[in-house]
Amino acid sequence: MKVIVVGAGIVGTACAEALTREGIEVVVVDRLPVGAGTTSRGEGNILLSDKAPGAEMALAQLSRRTWLEVGDLVGRESIELEEKGGVVVATTHQGLGSLISFADRQRAAGVMALEVEDPLVLEPHLSPSLPGAMHYPEDMQVQPVLAASRMLVLAQQRGAQFRCGLEVAGALTDTNGAVSGIRTTSGEVIEADAVVNAAGTWGGVVGERLGGPIPVLPRRGFVLVTEPLPPMVRHKVYTADYVENVESSGEGLETSCVVEGTHGGTVLIGASRERVGFDTSLRVDVVETLARQAIAIFPFLADVNLLRVYRGFRPYCPDHLPVIGPDPRAPGVLHACGHEGAGIGLATGTGRLITDYLTGARKSEPGAEFAALLPDRFVGAESASESASESVAEQVPAL
Amino acid sequence: MSEFDTSFDFDGRRVPFRPGQTLGAALVAAGTTAWRTTRLEGRPRGLFCGIGVCFDCLLTVDGHANQRACLVVARDGMTALTQEGTGHDDT
Amino acid sequence: MTTPDLTPSGADHDVVVIGAGPAGMACVATLLAETSLTVGLVDAGHGAGGQYWRQPAPVPTPHPGEPAPRRAGLHHDLATFHRLRDALDRGAASGRLATRFAHHVWSVTANDPGPVAEGGFAVHVVDRSGRPGDESTSTITGRALVIATGAFDRALPFPGWDLPGVMTVGGLQALLKAGDVAAGRRVAIGGTGPFLLPVAAALAARGSTVVGVFEANHPVRWLRESRAVARNVGKLGEGAGYAATLLRHRVPLRPRRMIVAAHGTDRVEAVSVARVGRDGRPVEGSAERHTVDAVGVGWGFTPQLDIAVTLGLRLTRDRGGTPVVEVDRLHRSSRPRVYAAGETCGVGGAALALVEGRLAARGVAHDLTGADPASHPAPGPDGVAAVRLGAFADAIISAHPVPVGWVDALTDETIVCRCEEVRFGAVRAAIEAGATDARQVKQLTRTGMGWCQGRVCGYAAALLSAGAPGEPDERLIGAPMPLGALAQTDDQHDAM
Ligand SMILES: Cc1cc2nc3c(=O)[nH]c(=O)nc-3n(C[C@H](O)[C@H](O)[C@H](O)COP(=O)(O)OP(=O)(O)OC[C@H]3O[C@@H](n4cnc5c(N)ncnc54)[C@H](O)[C@@H]3O)c2cc1C
Ligand SMILES: Cc1cc2nc3c(=O)[nH]c(=O)nc-3n(C[C@H](O)[C@H](O)[C@H](O)COP(=O)(O)OP(=O)(O)OC[C@H]3O[C@@H](n4cnc5c(N)ncnc54)[C@H](O)[C@@H]3O)c2cc1C
Ligand code: FES
Repeated sequence: MKVIVVGAGIVGTACAEALTREGIEVVVVDRLPVGAGTTSRGEGNILLSDKAPGAEMALAQLSRRTWLEVGDLVGRESIELEEKGGVVVATTHQGLGSLISFADRQRAAGVMALEVEDPLVLEPHLSPSLPGAMHYPEDMQVQPVLAASRMLVLAQQRGAQFRCGLEVAGALTDTNGAVSGIRTTSGEVIEADAVVNAAGTWGGVVGERLGGPIPVLPRRGFVLVTEPLPPMVRHKVYTADYVENVESSGEGLETSCVVEGTHGGTVLIGASRERVGFDTSLRVDVVETLARQAIAIFPFLADVNLLRVYRGFRPYCPDHLPVIGPDPRAPGVLHACGHEGAGIGLATGTGRLITDYLTGARKSEPGAEFAALLPDRFVGAESASESASESVAEQVPAL
Repeated sequence: MSEFDTSFDFDGRRVPFRPGQTLGAALVAAGTTAWRTTRLEGRPRGLFCGIGVCFDCLLTVDGHANQRACLVVARDGMTALTQEGTGHDDT
Repeated sequence: MTTPDLTPSGADHDVVVIGAGPAGMACVATLLAETSLTVGLVDAGHGAGGQYWRQPAPVPTPHPGEPAPRRAGLHHDLATFHRLRDALDRGAASGRLATRFAHHVWSVTANDPGPVAEGGFAVHVVDRSGRPGDESTSTITGRALVIATGAFDRALPFPGWDLPGVMTVGGLQALLKAGDVAAGRRVAIGGTGPFLLPVAAALAARGSTVVGVFEANHPVRWLRESRAVARNVGKLGEGAGYAATLLRHRVPLRPRRMIVAAHGTDRVEAVSVARVGRDGRPVEGSAERHTVDAVGVGWGFTPQLDIAVTLGLRLTRDRGGTPVVEVDRLHRSSRPRVYAAGETCGVGGAALALVEGRLAARGVAHDLTGADPASHPAPGPDGVAAVRLGAFADAIISAHPVPVGWVDALTDETIVCRCEEVRFGAVRAAIEAGATDARQVKQLTRTGMGWCQGRVCGYAAALLSAGAPGEPDERLIGAPMPLGALAQTDDQHDAM
């Protein structure tokens, strides 16, 4: 079997790694170098702590196990994979109450969630006035571009090809109407038995070009990067309001701050969430709000310099779940996109699911595990193609 | 160098300066070329671009780390310190 | 002239000019003289002048001690500087001009998101006029924006360039101009371009021994561009002036030479200089060693484009492939009511920057005073001068390419990114693994992720990975500032 993976982001490279592990022939196609899309804008958190029980949580748990396998294959150091754990802090007593009941539900799904007596023991520089916190030892961190690059190299060592600089324009179809390859904008034709749409925020456009439109839209986020520091923040630390924001469907701006140290010594402060299409302009009030929120959790940050702000556009679907699996309208096309703010964490599990669907190890049928993530949920819904064409209209090659 | 009445303290040493000079200019005039060691390899650094672009000339001024010596105008009685690594305590 | 109120936007100023170098000063003086518009002028430095007329920081009075003396021959064209500074002082006294020095612009945003920013622009500044630790942020608004942020020295890595005592030539000059300090007693100057000469001359006049000006190219190249050169004898006269100083102090001018290594343990003690062959590569076995205590290197200048990129202005390339802001003859950018002047739209020296500043002022005046925005007033004698000086600048750039052989001097141990201490070996490995531009090299090696945000190593990383200068980095934060200063920002912006 030969499979084309469209997109060399974290998801596309994880698919290539998983497919070649099963001996499948793979061609990865991207208009840009590896990891240059939204993957280079992600913070690299691999989280269970922010997920509610359900299909996404199950995928996160599968991904976590698979990330550890990948870490063993390529060397954890080389991708800066760290089992650092997450700390979720409540800023109000009411917030602490909902955090505790959320954690109870997560525990029932098999997540390790520990109530913290004294948050300062875990994070000595936290503000002493916070009412309480929850510790999630299973949360991890990875450097996304290094990880994408290493997974691609591993796949190439197993025979995969990487075709950089090609943009997918459309699908080839055989006499039965099944997709049998791709056409690029430069006119090149590549044949294959299946095509995986791992085009991230541009997955709606690519889906449409392949005959399977799906509603993937951009959700902008800003991240603040500080000067390099000695290790001051040990875990990924965020406020409980984050959990509510992730699931929010409001149009407006949401900021709830996430603070974490990195391998390079910088502290990352993220991330805002706004639906403004591919608008690349800076919002100063967002940067100021993130700075204020971060200082409220870690007061020492007031004297720390901000060096950089970057932005990215998370790929999101209206129901905030990724689209993973075969498209019933376009036989031969499988989607692997729309992971929103969790695509780094969920990439490796996505690669496994795609491989399982292709080898027949997993059936894409209603009621099956992960059926909630299948593209079937958009089929027949009028809004699907409307949203997709909206994203086509908005499409600019911005990141 | 006793022609100057103005000076700042650098690592416990008195460095004279002419009003209007930056800390970096005064240090170089006093024969000091390095006042920082790098974070990873502990290498000495001083002025490079001279205009605030390269951040090689960082030092700690009056308790504030990571000040650019080429930009900070010297003031009488200031205290400057050689900066090691990130300039922040490793706690 | 009266100013019809096109936008009752309540902006602080009609025009905000960023940068008080030759371009910004000329622009402001022209706006004051030829219009009745109100102007805000912001500069990170402690006073007006920019790089060309860099001054010691103003001294509060009364102050004990002697300010630095002015050295003859160091500052050029001071009469023009004083005339412009007096015009600015008069404008400030009349209330039409508000200056903010020691204010670093960290971002500019449009006040409203429409394609024509009728609501004008918000200029976000960090105030560093106080002591370290006292930084604060604020916002200044204007209906129009002039970007005159100049350029900075372009450096290329070579073994030992991270040793203390090795500086950029601009840095050596800034020390002399602002502090009356010579960085060393025995100095080697290397790189390419006419700017090496005034720096060598200034050091020699200050009493340093310049062991050589090692120019990678050859003056013969200028002859090829002779038409443009001939039309700018004025500029050459300046060059001839430096030549006389250099001759008087017996400074050796060494064409087709390149500094290939700096030696020393904790500071620079010597340099190795090689001959540059016709193929642009250092000739094997040609290296000579000079004992020095300071080194200046410069490979031309990189325009300071952070604000232009953040605002999404259309860019173009100069003759050397360097990205610069695309402007029309009145220095309008691709975005309505945003103008660029001086080195930001092409490195061409102070004389061209002055002319461009005046032209930008006329563009602003035309657009803000209700004239048909589609009409193009004649640029006049300044327009003619801009074309002439622009051709001269092109000729200079063409005559001073970076020789391909700079790469040959690198070893795997050579530091490429000074901030993150990334060595050439790591960069090479990233390129071999498929990195095709500086951004990809950064993601894989941290090159350019440190304090300077790739301003120093970005050019080298682009040449190494892509063979040419790349798209300028997007830096949404133009200047670092304490998070605390940012968090305190009052959303109610303060008027200057
Ligand atoms: C600010 C911010 C913070 C984030 N933090 C985290 C985090 O901490 N943890 C986490 O898990 N996730 C995080 N994310 C989300 C994560 O970055 C994304 O979900 C993830 O990177 C998506 O990966 P991808 O491979 O699907 O997309 P991408 O990396 O965008 O890859 C898609 C690729 O497809 C290519 N492509 C598109 N169209 C075509 C075409 N027609 N032809 C050829 N190639 C094409 C693109 O060039 C691109 O390289 C964050 C996102 C943002 C914006
Ligand atoms: C270090 C250095 C020394 C130089 N010395 C000489 C010399 O001696 N002789 C010579 O002929 N040429 C010199 N040059 C070349 C110089 O670029 C031009 O000759 C001339 O100064 C260009 O004028 P300009 O107005 O375009 O820019 P500049 O003179 O560079 O003025 C730009 C101004 O903008 C300000 N600025 C930039 N960014 C910001 C920001 N974000 N916020 C606030 N303010 C900002 C700067 O502080 C500066 O004052 C030097 C260049 C450099 C980099
Ligand atoms: S010498 Fe470059 S920032 Fe001070």
